[in-house]
Amino acid sequence: MTAVRGRYARRAPGEPRAIGYLYVAPALVLFGLLILVPFVQGIWYSLYDWDGLSVATWTGLGNYVALFTDPSLRGPFLHALVLLIFYALLPILVGLLLAAAMSRVRIHGMTFFRTVLFLPQVLAMVVVALSWRWIYAPDGLLNSVLQAVGLGSLAKPWLGDFNLALPAVGLVGTWVEFGLCMVLFLAGCQKIPRELYEAARLDGAGPLREFLAVTLPALRPEIAVAATLTIVAGLRNFDLVYITTGGGPGNATAVPAYEVYHRAFETGQVGSAAAVGVSLAVLIFVLTVAVSRAIEGRRS
Amino acid sequence: MSSRSLRLGTLFAAAAVLVAACAPPGSGGAGGGSSERPAGSISTDPAKAGQVTLNVWDQEVRGGQNAQVTQLNKEFQAKYPNVKIVRTSKSFQDLKTTLRLALSGSNPPDVVEANQGYPDMVTFVKAGMLTPIDSYAGVYGWDKRYPKTLLDLNRVSADAKHFGTGKLYGISQMGEFIGLYYNKASLAALGLKPPSTWSEFTSQLATIKAKGQLPIQFGNLDKYPAIHTYGVILDQLAGKQFTRDLVFGTGKASWIDPRAVQAATTLQTWAKSGFLSPGANGLGYDDATKQFAAGKGVYLMTGTWVAADLKGPMGAKLGLVPPPPATTGGSIATTGGESLAWSITSKSKHPDVAAAYLNFLTNQHAADVMTQTGNLPAVLGPAAAALPPASAEGQMVAGWKQISAADGLAPYLDYSTPTFYDTLTAALQSLIGGQTTPQQFAQTLQADYGKFHQSG
Repeated sequence: MTAVRGRYARRAPGEPRAIGYLYVAPALVLFGLLILVPFVQGIWYSLYDWDGLSVATWTGLGNYVALFTDPSLRGPFLHALVLLIFYALLPILVGLLLAAAMSRVRIHGMTFFRTVLFLPQVLAMVVVALSWRWIYAPDGLLNSVLQAVGLGSLAKPWLGDFNLALPAVGLVGTWVEFGLCMVLFLAGCQKIPRELYEAARLDGAGPLREFLAVTLPALRPEIAVAATLTIVAGLRNFDLVYITTGGGPGNATAVPAYEVYHRAFETGQVGSAAAVGVSLAVLIFVLTVAVSRAIEGRRS
Repeated sequence: MSSRSLRLGTLFAAAAVLVAACAPPGSGGAGGGSSERPAGSISTDPAKAGQVTLNVWDQEVRGGQNAQVTQLNKEFQAKYPNVKIVRTSKSFQDLKTTLRLALSGSNPPDVVEANQGYPDMVTFVKAGMLTPIDSYAGVYGWDKRYPKTLLDLNRVSADAKHFGTGKLYGISQMGEFIGLYYNKASLAALGLKPPSTWSEFTSQLATIKAKGQLPIQFGNLDKYPAIHTYGVILDQLAGKQFTRDLVFGTGKASWIDPRAVQAATTLQTWAKSGFLSPGANGLGYDDATKQFAAGKGVYLMTGTWVAADLKGPMGAKLGLVPPPPATTGGSIATTGGESLAWSITSKSKHPDVAAAYLNFLTNQHAADVMTQTGNLPAVLGPAAAALPPASAEGQMVAGWKQISAADGLAPYLDYSTPTFYDTLTAALQSLIGGQTTPQQFAQTLQADYGKFHQSG
């Protein structure tokens, strides 16, 4: 008994433990009111056919069934998955490349380059979207440059082309996100012990081998963080699509977050919007859990 | 997650469900309240109403439009010092997205500008949020002031399933029509004159193209501009009555009608033949307007609302005519209507003062204020007659008179169903981009249309 009591006595201060809940109670109440209640309300709304004003009619899971049967709802989710290539995969690859290069080569004005490469992450998305809308315009910067270097035949109305609009929007996402990945990876590189590199070199590893055997494994936690952040950013992408294409041409660039806004506020399909929102939240949850399991390993 | 925190989470979730899950959404809303005032009990003198504050939400944020509302508000308050107008002005898009929430609250504004058609006005009426104003229309003579076509656009049927008929739920200040803007200098340099028939216009397009110029400046990245282009073509090929039957849902017209398909074919042919700006789906509406102002493109097919913006850079080079009739001397038809309706909410405590305000915003003096600030009043005042006839403003007023005389306005196509804006704009982009055939286009529209009119 004494031993047990002694062990308890040695536990962290703050006994009895119940009082801990008192400390976090204000935060919990706020969290409940501002996050949980609206979330549950959203689930509730998603079971109705509601125009936002009149009395709603119960449809049960009808709004969710429509996610699979209605192409105008299925499309946005497929587009979101395509965008993940541009929002998550490419930025992480580019970020790794830059981080590997920057941590090896010492050049003057490194801080300047890092800042410039990180800059897109700092800009407001509205500004980014407006600028790229002009860059992609039929007589915009991109096409002018193509014409100037004699590649005029490649000039396109980028955001108005059914096949190119989605990748075009996606590349803006790559441009925005890679800076964040790079900074995360650079920070990660700094905590890798120099000895590991020395050992690798003694074993005769070249730059590529060194990167694969030392840098990449050491960066696992950072890659997990980067993947989580970029996937979430990619899936909740709204402002970029709203400003550049409004989901067009046709519905070629419609994404779930845009559909939520569009249906709730523009076409009076609040129930359907709620169903899209709830499904998006579930998708983000599932993907982020999967990523942290896959990359970071089952550590928790 | 430990079992303890799991329990706590469940508790929270349960509490949240209890808060939310009592009644279907919307059942706590306004409802009812749409009773009509008998004409005898209406007071037309706001001065006798005591101290009154009118909360007004409008979308008149653009230069000339803002100027006229500001001036008229000032004059109204000077005339009735007991009335205070608290104005909230938002862009069209912002007003459209926030008005629902504002109206469903317990303390909505007294006067709001509501967009016509199923998505907005009909939905508000269905939820009992707007007051019918037929008795006021009688007392103030609005039914004599406005032509029937314009008044009808602000009507909603008693069962809130149709608009264009039924009770009156608002009145509008300004008129608008889709016209052909043209560059007088470019047209003259090509040896052409403003067309007097539709076929003359379409044959000009090929001529202009053959001479290496852009016939119609057109940007459709914002999705909606093609509604106007397609609407105008449809009005020429099928006539205004067909368009009206379609949009008002009278059951006499359908989107798979050969004439609607033919209009789609025409639009697609224009895009394929290079009569429209190349890559139109990638070019913004404002950008296209600027390009036209800079002299690129002989024609621009859009609404009277950009007249003031174009006049600045183009000056005397700017011309504007309604789309010409199918045959010489034939009757004119074009897409158009009136600006958003000024409506009185059903929870307003001062409907009589609000009605007097609506009357003040739309009377003859107001029409002159609108003309002086570069706008097109729905009902022209004396000031409109004084405009130089050769100027773009003079042409705009003359065109409006012609259209009114011919009863030539056909409603905007996106009014057709609550989701039609969405369906139509996406389908038009596909049509212009060559992704779909005119037949597929027609079927897409009919699918949305048929679903709504079946269930509605």
